[in-house]
Amino acid sequence: MKLSADQVDRIAELARLALTAEERALYQEQLSDILDYFERLQELDTEAIEPTASVLPLHSVMRADVSRAPSQREDMLANAPATEDGCFLVPAVLGQG
Amino acid sequence: MTRNHLSELTIHEAGERLAAGEFTAVELTEAVIDRIVAVDNDVKAYLTLTPEKALAQAAAADRARRAGRADGESGPLLGIPLAIKDVLCTKGIPTTCGSRILEGFIPPYDATVIVRLKEAGAILLGKTNTDEFAMGSSTENSAYFTTHNPWDLTRVPGGSSGGSAAAVAADECLGALGTDTGGSVRQPAGLCGVVGLKPTYGRVSRYGLIAYASSLDQAGVLTKDVKDAAILLQAIAGHDPCDSTSMDVETPDYLTALDGGVGGVRVGVPREYFVDGMQPEVEAAVRAAVDLLAGLGAEVREVSLPHTEYALPVYYLIAPAEASANLARYDGVRYGLRVDGGGLIDTYKATRGEGFGPEVKRRIMLGTYALSAGYYDAYYLKAQKARTLIRGDFDRAFEQVDVILAPTSPTTAFRIGEKADDPLQMYLMDIFTLSMNLAGTCGLSLPRGFDGAGLHIGLQVMGPAVGEGQVLRVAHAYEQATDWHTQKPPLHEERV
Repeated sequence: MKLSADQVDRIAELARLALTAEERALYQEQLSDILDYFERLQELDTEAIEPTASVLPLHSVMRADVSRAPSQREDMLANAPATEDGCFLVPAVLGQG
Repeated sequence: MTRNHLSELTIHEAGERLAAGEFTAVELTEAVIDRIVAVDNDVKAYLTLTPEKALAQAAAADRARRAGRADGESGPLLGIPLAIKDVLCTKGIPTTCGSRILEGFIPPYDATVIVRLKEAGAILLGKTNTDEFAMGSSTENSAYFTTHNPWDLTRVPGGSSGGSAAAVAADECLGALGTDTGGSVRQPAGLCGVVGLKPTYGRVSRYGLIAYASSLDQAGVLTKDVKDAAILLQAIAGHDPCDSTSMDVETPDYLTALDGGVGGVRVGVPREYFVDGMQPEVEAAVRAAVDLLAGLGAEVREVSLPHTEYALPVYYLIAPAEASANLARYDGVRYGLRVDGGGLIDTYKATRGEGFGPEVKRRIMLGTYALSAGYYDAYYLKAQKARTLIRGDFDRAFEQVDVILAPTSPTTAFRIGEKADDPLQMYLMDIFTLSMNLAGTCGLSLPRGFDGAGLHIGLQVMGPAVGEGQVLRVAHAYEQATDWHTQKPPLHEERV
């Protein structure tokens, strides 16, 4: 199955990835090839099969309600590209299209 | 270099000689750093080296040993220099995942496996190269450089833990940690001629392992022999309250598990793992290993894992789907690269467009597509159902046998650049390792000798969930009957 250029743009938009024109063309071709190869999965009859999300039979794991030393604000901010007054600084959210 | 150069020692050999007082941890660490300086310009295994920190840790280990002599306490990793794959968080030491988007990122905490190694007195030499976010089979997807196979510098070391595998093979450390999501410990171990063990999903904590595909990721060990793999696994295995998917079960004594041989052990050979297109020498080598084990008393029988051919599409739908969610965190806000795109959304896009390399973008796109409205049932849900069938194959096979023997990968190490333009060909390098991650089971790769070009062939020993003991035992029996693991690559030392 061949992905259209519009589909590639739509996927990139959902994934928040800026692609160059060259990348768009390359991914259109490569992702189409990969999805073609994956078509063989449709041969399998999985009608009565339960999906596996995790191999472990774990549900709502709880730990003891014991307090621990919290992470320090300075440590958490140390890797940030921009900070101000002990907060992460981001571009304006409101007023953007 | 002389034989018995300290950097050539295994963990258990060095541990015995440290305990006997033949040399100190500082001397051992200096010897390994010298070796790194001498060969890493060619091998390029390390992204970051921390020699000062390593020597300080070595001095502390020597002090601890002197203090411990009084009460007779010192573990097998005290004073042992190790390398760490650069997807495991190390407090105060850059951790990049081989990506530009995390260039300069310095974790504020240690991964649980790092905490455990430090508590055991191990010495951390630095961080090893990896395909970006562990997505790849050759280290060619690293944003920084490609690691070279110590056995042939024109070839890849495998991946994604190729830096760790090459560092172990080139004696640039005594052992290393890697991570294995679809074969990333076993495949490079096979291509570099070292031992690489992927534990059962949940056996080792993933806390501080930077997530690629959370239902598949597992930390593993790369070592010079099987006994060392048992020692390192012992140190990092066990429940961790910080990882809700870590199993709350007793960790057995893996060193004891090594002994006993293979008399009466049931060894399965899966017919689906000998396929058209694989290198004939690989098939012959694995079949010869099966014969050798039969000669040692193992009971060999053919088994079937009928859904093997679907493992590749299942993996490359589930892993990218999980990755597309996990890597959403790289948005240029709290850490890592930020590329200003004007507004917030365009800053996300510009940051991710520039920060991620081609394979990571390809997998994010694939995963986003598989999860998107209208395609979820046909791709993601279908893959999760097929995953259930693959698990069932292993459940049935392990009712009949104790371990399964197979090749680690269909060919030996390929040339750098050979598969770089064809993602699907690269994915096919993982066809014998992916199923185990999907099933959550355990296994290892160990050296099975050379092909005609002098390149290592990997022998894979697979076991059921929490079957590390029987896997180690069979691997150890094979290793003790052969000498592939004692061979050294023909590297030139640069004198500086």
